[in-house]
Amino acid sequence: MDSSSADSFNIRDFLRLDMFPHFLCPGCGHGIAMRALLWAIYELEIPKDKLAIVSGIGCSGRIGAYIDANTFHVTHGRPLSFASGLALARPDLNVIVITGDGDCLAIGGNHMIHACRRNLNMTCMMLNNEVYGMTGGQASPTTSEARYTTTSQSGCIEPVFDACALATAAGASFVGREVTIHLPDLKDLLRQGLAHKGFSFIEVLSDCTEVFGRKNNLGESPEMILSQKSRMRPSSYGSVDGNIVDEPFRANTLPTGILSRNERPEYGDTYRKHAADIRALKSGK
Amino acid sequence: MSGKGNHKDLQGNHACALGAIAAGCKFFAGYPITPSSEITERMSVELPANDGIFIQMEDEIASMGAVIGASMGGVKSMTATSGPGFSLKQENIGYAAGAEIPCVIVNVMRGGPSTGMPTRPAQGDLMQARWGTHGDHQVIVLTPDSVPEIFTETIRAFNLSEALRVPVIILFDEILGHLVETVEIPNPDTLDLKTRKFAKGPREDFKPYGETKDMVPPMARPGDGYRTHTTGLTHWEDGFPTQIPAQVERMTHRLSGKMIKHRQIIESWEAIDCEDAEIIICTIGISARAARQALKPARKKGIKVGLFRPITLWPFPEQAFKDVTKSAHTILIPEMNGGQLILEIQRLCGDAVRLVGLNRMDGEPIEPEEIETRIKELAKIG
Repeated sequence: MDSSSADSFNIRDFLRLDMFPHFLCPGCGHGIAMRALLWAIYELEIPKDKLAIVSGIGCSGRIGAYIDANTFHVTHGRPLSFASGLALARPDLNVIVITGDGDCLAIGGNHMIHACRRNLNMTCMMLNNEVYGMTGGQASPTTSEARYTTTSQSGCIEPVFDACALATAAGASFVGREVTIHLPDLKDLLRQGLAHKGFSFIEVLSDCTEVFGRKNNLGESPEMILSQKSRMRPSSYGSVDGNIVDEPFRANTLPTGILSRNERPEYGDTYRKHAADIRALKSGK
Repeated sequence: MSGKGNHKDLQGNHACALGAIAAGCKFFAGYPITPSSEITERMSVELPANDGIFIQMEDEIASMGAVIGASMGGVKSMTATSGPGFSLKQENIGYAAGAEIPCVIVNVMRGGPSTGMPTRPAQGDLMQARWGTHGDHQVIVLTPDSVPEIFTETIRAFNLSEALRVPVIILFDEILGHLVETVEIPNPDTLDLKTRKFAKGPREDFKPYGETKDMVPPMARPGDGYRTHTTGLTHWEDGFPTQIPAQVERMTHRLSGKMIKHRQIIESWEAIDCEDAEIIICTIGISARAARQALKPARKKGIKVGLFRPITLWPFPEQAFKDVTKSAHTILIPEMNGGQLILEIQRLCGDAVRLVGLNRMDGEPIEPEEIETRIKELAKIG
């Protein structure tokens, strides 16, 4: 990677500065994830006019409004369905979905697995902060067991989803995970996901200090982020097997980096070829 | 054949699909559901062959999501469904209404509530079509009563949706969906097709929801350099969320204002023998066909009866209805539900006129004889 880009990348070039100050809480990891995404976009030299950011509802969904691009803040759980229509109608656009653990895995779960299966060219960045932050801190499908939330006041008793394992099983052709503290690595992962032709799913472990960290005595943002980091195991260090996340606050290590990748036909290309064959057949050629 | 189209025997669902193609529809997302699946199936054949995109999505919600996504990409887009699917689509129909995204939604009505009677006709979704999604919102609802009219109203649905940036719903029932009639497919050159206005001029001057003379702002197409924001949150002229009461008031007022301003092109109705009518039948779709058949025998008996049929059901053609029903002392409202259209007629008439419902909810159409008998009874009482 070109390490010098850290100096030349100016995040202000990609922001709607008149929208600031932003509304994210102090210590929230979502801003770091947005920085990594914009840095990756900068490195790939994607023109802002060709950038379509689609987001759902929740804290993750609000990020799009700060990005100087074609931005769509759609209904709860539905950004992948909206993005599918947009990507098919406009293959010239670079479509990026920003979603959260609740938006993507709970209310949008069906769209998520089918987007993985279909393999349309887009990048889905799921910000996992283990909680419904916008609505005040309710349990989500990734809330670790025993964690306190406003809907699990004596500790969460549901098992969690492993989003990356789910995406891989559903057929996503690029799957990766990173933590916000590894900013250059996160940028590189997003960059590779954006460059990948097909459906890229990237889980970013973010931290919600205000309505999750505080309720669980996890300390301030630095403590939360360091705690996440200590439980990460870059996938390049070994096998990605043994990805166990069903214990409190990721007691077991989670692999980071690219977790699965394959080159298979992108759905838009397949459709357009199929349609061209039909037209050729019809016109007798 | 120059100027004239060719004639085809089509079922209503296929006429709807071909009407969409004639209107310039280039994107369809759907999900299998009886009794509208033939629209989806036909689009899966027609669109790839006509430079368009067909996709079968994972569910009804996703098909509506894909439709608004494609429409925001600048493409004329449509979906089709029936009762249960129509319920699921309401969330994203609301988004399209709020963010003013052109799209066409077909609901081939079947018996309800819930799974109801998938293969039987009904007219139970009249109110849902108007108020199915939450909050104050505007939609247009068209109710054709024949296969040729399904074809022409589907074209009109796209035109209205594009011209006014509003979701347009086409409502017909299982019988019309599967009824085969002859449709004249016009020469494409003879059609007057509308396409939304796209943003022009410098980015700095463009407001995605700004005030325009026609109250319908042009749309920014991604890639054209405007880089706008679209949201389901209540937004101001610049497209970004607002909760400032004066701004909210002005934006919501424009949404209803554009519907009032363009009433003339939205409203459509048919009035038969109403000039001297003392009894007027007011009904839509397949029930209006039964009513039309009942007119002649009743007139032969000397009963002054007429028919008022809203083709645009919502917004209801109020003024036309009031003008046409001036001489009537009785209005008969046959509908295949427990009484939905009658509520609107009640609103317009108050106690000035006698209102009589003729309702069926057993999965069978209302027969012309039933209407004829009712007219005779009413003429005696009247």
